[in-house]
Amino acid sequence: MIEIFSLSTGTGSWNPVVWLIALAVAFIVVLIIWATGERSYRREGGAAAPFLSGNAEPEKGEVQIRAGNLYWGFTEALSGYYKHLVPLHTGILNDYVLWFLGTMATIILVLAVVR
Amino acid sequence: MIANLPFIAVAVVALIGIVVILTRQNLVKMVMGLSLVEAAVNLFLVSLGYRNGGIAPIFTSAPAGEMVMPTVQAMTLTNIVIGIATTALLLSFVMLVYRKYGSADAGVMRRLKE
Amino acid sequence: MIPEIIIRNAPALLIAVPMLAAFITPVIVRAGNGVMKAWALLATAATAAIAAIVAWQVLDFGTIVYTFGAAAPGLAVPLDSGGIPVRIIFTIDAMSAFMGIIATISAFAVCLYAVASEGRQTGQEIFFALLLLLEVGILGMVSTGDLFNFFVFLEINSIAGAALVSYRIRGGLSVEAAMKYGFISTLGGLIVLTAIGLLYGQYGALNMAMVASRMQFTMLDGIALAMLVAALAMKSGAVPMHFWTPDAYGLAPASVTAFLVVASQASLYGVFRIVFTLYGGIVQSLDWTTVGWIVIVLGVLSMFVGVTMAIPQHDVKRLMAYHAVSQTGYMLLGVGVGIALLGTSSFDTYGIVAMEGGIFHIFNHAMYKGLLFLTAGAIIYRTGTSDLNRMGGLGHSMKWTMLFFGIGALAIAGIPPFNGFASKLMIYESVYLFNPLLAVIAMVVSILTLASFVKVFHAMFMGPRLPEFAEVREVPAPMLLGMGLLAVIVVFFGVFPEQVVAGLVEPAARALADQGAYIASVLGGA
Repeated sequence: MIEIFSLSTGTGSWNPVVWLIALAVAFIVVLIIWATGERSYRREGGAAAPFLSGNAEPEKGEVQIRAGNLYWGFTEALSGYYKHLVPLHTGILNDYVLWFLGTMATIILVLAVVR
Repeated sequence: MIANLPFIAVAVVALIGIVVILTRQNLVKMVMGLSLVEAAVNLFLVSLGYRNGGIAPIFTSAPAGEMVMPTVQAMTLTNIVIGIATTALLLSFVMLVYRKYGSADAGVMRRLKE
Repeated sequence: MIPEIIIRNAPALLIAVPMLAAFITPVIVRAGNGVMKAWALLATAATAAIAAIVAWQVLDFGTIVYTFGAAAPGLAVPLDSGGIPVRIIFTIDAMSAFMGIIATISAFAVCLYAVASEGRQTGQEIFFALLLLLEVGILGMVSTGDLFNFFVFLEINSIAGAALVSYRIRGGLSVEAAMKYGFISTLGGLIVLTAIGLLYGQYGALNMAMVASRMQFTMLDGIALAMLVAALAMKSGAVPMHFWTPDAYGLAPASVTAFLVVASQASLYGVFRIVFTLYGGIVQSLDWTTVGWIVIVLGVLSMFVGVTMAIPQHDVKRLMAYHAVSQTGYMLLGVGVGIALLGTSSFDTYGIVAMEGGIFHIFNHAMYKGLLFLTAGAIIYRTGTSDLNRMGGLGHSMKWTMLFFGIGALAIAGIPPFNGFASKLMIYESVYLFNPLLAVIAMVVSILTLASFVKVFHAMFMGPRLPEFAEVREVPAPMLLGMGLLAVIVVFFGVFPEQVVAGLVEPAARALADQGAYIASVLGGA
């Protein structure tokens, strides 16, 4: 069973069935640990409500972190790269054709002329 | 030199078409440029089949002699039909863009960028 | 139990069934909308069955050669023609059968999904007819053994695809995207035709096997090769010719986008077919390392630019479109390494593994990318917006969509045990032996892919219930079934990769690399 299901990549092998069995065993261990917890805990009645030093909780839509803010650090760190890359995507059809013909000319030069 | 005249014409027409596509920003003119490139390709295909002194490729009571190649003529006809469909589709897109955006200019038709 | 006549004519039925169904669809809608949808589903299911029959025949009995208009399908070379195959011939080897299976499974899942997702639109019969025509274009491109026939199906692909992109006008935005896609696809098609004309002028033949057997690499042949590779790579979305991809994929209806991905991969198949089969025999005059490195450079650029442009996006389908560009880079990288090693001794040790990784990635990508686009479409169907900055908390009400999106996101990031990991592992290990820097770039791109899909998952499904999405429920059953079919395949291929690679991918890679067998099957030996 081990050999039938393992994918060989020439320099190694990957067996997903064994990996899944290991994952299932780990999951069962986690389940056993979880089952030893407190059984009488209930989430209703304010037990799971956020406590903000007594202040009122803002509306749900305003505390949700939106997608545009999630990777600010990454885009800020690479701002030099993005400053050059994003303006290249102009949206004008003539530029699309220019890039296409330019790349084709480069490949023709490399393949046919400079052999 | 005379024998190469069709191919020189192909190059000239294709170049005009490509220059029109790259420099003009009016969408209708860009589609016209595309039609010019397509005409150049059709001319190229037909002139590939020509054989010097050849006759039409019809076997019925044909005089002796070489015939021009018929395959490229079939290819050119197919390409002309494909060109009709494509030009019609692109022009209807230009019409819709003009109706919705108010202008048929590629510099204005750039709400999708980055 | 399958009639002999169907098995013998299966390659022709592969094109005829969806084409006939496409032309009958606007007529059959007179009997009711439901009848038309059932007809479209029946047609895509029948095409999937025929593709399965073709694949079974090819994998058991070798390359199928189907000659249109001959007395018997196998008679490629008429006896009085002097050794020239004169008719249009479909040459279906293992790689073509592989792509056919991908196309038909994807078409069936998309059709199932579109039955519900396009339910509120007008002109649905046109939509399904164009969808079936797009399927005809893809299946024709991957099955044909004739260069001009390839061009015709490429144009069918472009026209049907452009019309489908503009299906929902959306105030002109979809039409703008379709205009850009149609324009540049037509220009690419004309360049392909010029290259085919150059090859015809040199060798007097349009059949791929005939041109391959007569090929000597003159300068005009080099120009033709460069034009074909550039135009077909543009059609498949390789950087730096990828600008149409986010526009077209982002504005098309989600079901169409999932199928346009397969259409782009058919163009990628075209690149491989041209390089391996058409130009494969001239190991001396053609510098394989140069061609391989051109493909590798296109691949690496696509991977990196695709994923870095995807991270700051806030429109969900546009983000996924940039990821499609990035994943195309993986396929180009894998097969490019195979091309660069062609003819050397390392080809049989790790070059073929790189090719298998790239080809396996084509199948995996069609499945998980289609799944991701369909889930994005489900979200848009229920919430009415595709802007990530306005979504949130949908995991409370759309649990199945969240599950399918999770499966797709983990698969695209290359997390075990899904299918993305299996193909990426093959690419990493073989490319590392070729050049370690390329493998490192590939792994970094994989991490960035995971990062951006974590962002999308959080933005769409995590967080508290938002008041503006209070009435959002789960999507209708046909959409869930379409997504479920692709998700099951993603999981299945992930858990049993060895069976898939040994049964489907390796015959495809070997068929692609073996030019002599291709020529022999059409021209009959020697």
